Amino acid sequence: MLQETKITRAPTAIGSGTVRLGLEYVLRSPLALPLIGLIVVSVLMGLASDNFFTLNNIMNVLRQVSIVGILAIGMTFVILTGGIDLSVGAVMALVGTLSAGMMVHAGVSAPLGLAIGLIVGVSIGLINGTLVAWGKMPSIIVTLATMGMARGLGLIYSGGYPISGIPSWLSWFGVGRVGVVPVPVIIMLVSYAVAWVLLQRTAFGRHVYALGGNELAARLSGVKTQRVKLAVYGISGLTAALAAIILVGRLMSGQPNAGVGFELDAIAAVVLGGTAIVGGRGLILGTLIGAVLLGILNNGLNLMGINPYLQDVIKGSIILLTIYIGREWR
Amino acid sequence: MLQLAGIRKSFGKIEVLKGVDLEVRAGEVHALLGENGAGKSTLMKILCGIIKPSEGRVLIEGTERTFANYNEAIAAGIGIVFQEFSLIPYLDAVDNMFLAREIRGRFRMLNRKAMLQRAGELMRQLAVDVPLDVPVHRLSVAQQQFVEIAKALSLDARILVLDEPTATLTPPEVEHLFKVMLELRRQGVAIVFISHHLEEIFQICDRVTVLRDGELINSCAVSEVDKDRLVEMMVGRRIENNFPPKPPLNPAAPIVIDVEEVQLRRGGPVSRFSLRRGEILGFAGLVGSGRTETVLAMLGAYPAVRCKVSVDGIAKRFSGPDEALEQGIGLLPESRKDEGLITSFSILQNISLNNYRKYQKNIWFIDLNKERDCTGKAMERVRVKAQGPDARVDTLSGGNQQKVVIARWLNHEMRVLIFDEPTRGIDVGVKSEIYSLMRELADKGCSIIMISSELPEVIGLSDRVCVFRSGGIVATVEGALVNSETIMTHATTGRL
Repeated sequence: MLQETKITRAPTAIGSGTVRLGLEYVLRSPLALPLIGLIVVSVLMGLASDNFFTLNNIMNVLRQVSIVGILAIGMTFVILTGGIDLSVGAVMALVGTLSAGMMVHAGVSAPLGLAIGLIVGVSIGLINGTLVAWGKMPSIIVTLATMGMARGLGLIYSGGYPISGIPSWLSWFGVGRVGVVPVPVIIMLVSYAVAWVLLQRTAFGRHVYALGGNELAARLSGVKTQRVKLAVYGISGLTAALAAIILVGRLMSGQPNAGVGFELDAIAAVVLGGTAIVGGRGLILGTLIGAVLLGILNNGLNLMGINPYLQDVIKGSIILLTIYIGREWR
Repeated sequence: MLQLAGIRKSFGKIEVLKGVDLEVRAGEVHALLGENGAGKSTLMKILCGIIKPSEGRVLIEGTERTFANYNEAIAAGIGIVFQEFSLIPYLDAVDNMFLAREIRGRFRMLNRKAMLQRAGELMRQLAVDVPLDVPVHRLSVAQQQFVEIAKALSLDARILVLDEPTATLTPPEVEHLFKVMLELRRQGVAIVFISHHLEEIFQICDRVTVLRDGELINSCAVSEVDKDRLVEMMVGRRIENNFPPKPPLNPAAPIVIDVEEVQLRRGGPVSRFSLRRGEILGFAGLVGSGRTETVLAMLGAYPAVRCKVSVDGIAKRFSGPDEALEQGIGLLPESRKDEGLITSFSILQNISLNNYRKYQKNIWFIDLNKERDCTGKAMERVRVKAQGPDARVDTLSGGNQQKVVIARWLNHEMRVLIFDEPTRGIDVGVKSEIYSLMRELADKGCSIIMISSELPEVIGLSDRVCVFRSGGIVATVEGALVNSETIMTHATTGRL
């Protein structure tokens, strides 16, 4: 009477909380395409430049990736619920200038300055979340508005000039190393690990996926959808603030004009990593791969000495091509 | 004018039309009657080329026609006004009427003047006054309907199908619509009128055709029948015996939920009902009579005008299903795919969706082994047939999907479960499994509200039945009064 159901050994595109390896599994997982892209681009870059596959260069690439990579973590949470957060680049700049300003002008101790920055970042995220969840406004509009506001506030606070003169040990966050591994890379990888646990091993993580998969069904079955939304934008604000700390450490100043367009790079990393832009499907590991892929493109094209304007065209084309191939994959 | 002969239609294994004939003459209003699912809509969709019949012929003015699509049917002079309008809300009446057939002038620019004039003529022909330059979403439902009718007439419709046009109208608007229909009849248009309100049939229609379970029951002049006869033709005498036996009613059982008053729309009827421990309370009524909205209002998921609920005698105001869940009240929604399941999730993830507290470890984390255990047990209990708990739910059959939704709630210890159309699109075997399961739950003390459009199911399973009509409860019946004639009569006729 009932038909045999189709065999579905393919992994669901949302992860099952368990870690599995094996060629067949990897090939059928949503990570396959980003991985293949990563390998192809790496090999091409390796052929084009002798310096590409040196340990030094690889660490360099990862360090360059770290800021967008961290922004992309929060972005993944938001996009998985079916939303988007355009404010992250501007929030990063605001947090950076505020933290630096607190230390330099207000005479606040460095740890307290960083803590204030983190609190501001999370708060803006929570404001975004509140407006989206309870204000019932589209996330793209809400975060477009808060993006402008955050950018403006940063410029007002700093008068438009970088704020320098922060304690020198803060550069550890930007350019420090533990062994051969740059500190920003460690921060990034730890953040990804935490994000993986959150998404795959907690009820909150499942609810994030459920919201993007079918918000109505999630709400009718008793999921507190508004709180989940609040939380994902909060996380996005937090990762923006984390990225700001690295940026401040690298530039040794708070730059009100930093991070312009970084939200788009973060979105590109998420989508390249196989997350559906409408939400519900995607893996945090994919986002890491997507961010590294973007970083390698930047680095490789630089090493090859290609005109920076042309680089943007090439990057755009590669994003389009990858998404086009990936349409049927998911 | 219009003749349908021996129309058959099957969807998969299910035959929804079993050789239906329909004859509509020029200048008559012809009522098409039948319960939900009797095949009326399918028949009308065949008439206007939206779906193709498996067998049978469509004749218009004596010549056989086959329509490949809706546009060909329009060209042949058929106009249909669906229950759900097909107007573009932000365009005005003129733009809507001439959509994709705009009158153009010089340089292929729109000739708004000509369109406005033609629209005005049509509205005068209908003897209605509808503002033509206002976005249609600002018009009343009745006015929108007139725009739809005018649109059909602008296409020279000689046959006009009105699918439950009065369901959402106020009595004066209905009167106005009837005037328009009579005017069209005078002009020789053949009108097929679908309605569940039997009074209207006697008021406006010349002849009536009754369908039941895809079969033609009768086709005759309205003057030859009365209301009771029509109800009898619609419900028939069906024998259903795949229901578990009902235990005797226990009037002493404590009331779990008491909905003291609920009003869905401003000016609409106010209803009250209560749910006792361990009973199955059926919500019967026609589609759109407010059954689903009433339970959603109770849970805080529908913005009712008024809603007073008490649980165990204590007044409660739920802000949403999440708060209801905390009180042990769960909803199994009408549409599994759109409202029940996360289709990109596996069975396991769908079942545990709202119950992570059960397998938390260290406050935050999911105990994956325990989750798998509990899910396995829940799946076994409702006998979900699938490859395993990791199968994606969109690979399952409808019946198994419904079982997954049920399993999600059995995973909790729920006190109240609301089943909205629990067996829609499910085959017979699984249906009776679901019926037994519901009775078993009730016997264990769970209280159940079952919303269903399938009358046999309401009658076979419910201890008591609330009958809905036009947004409120018109009657609550129990015992021997739970029969199809009584329920159908309350659902279609009588005082509001």
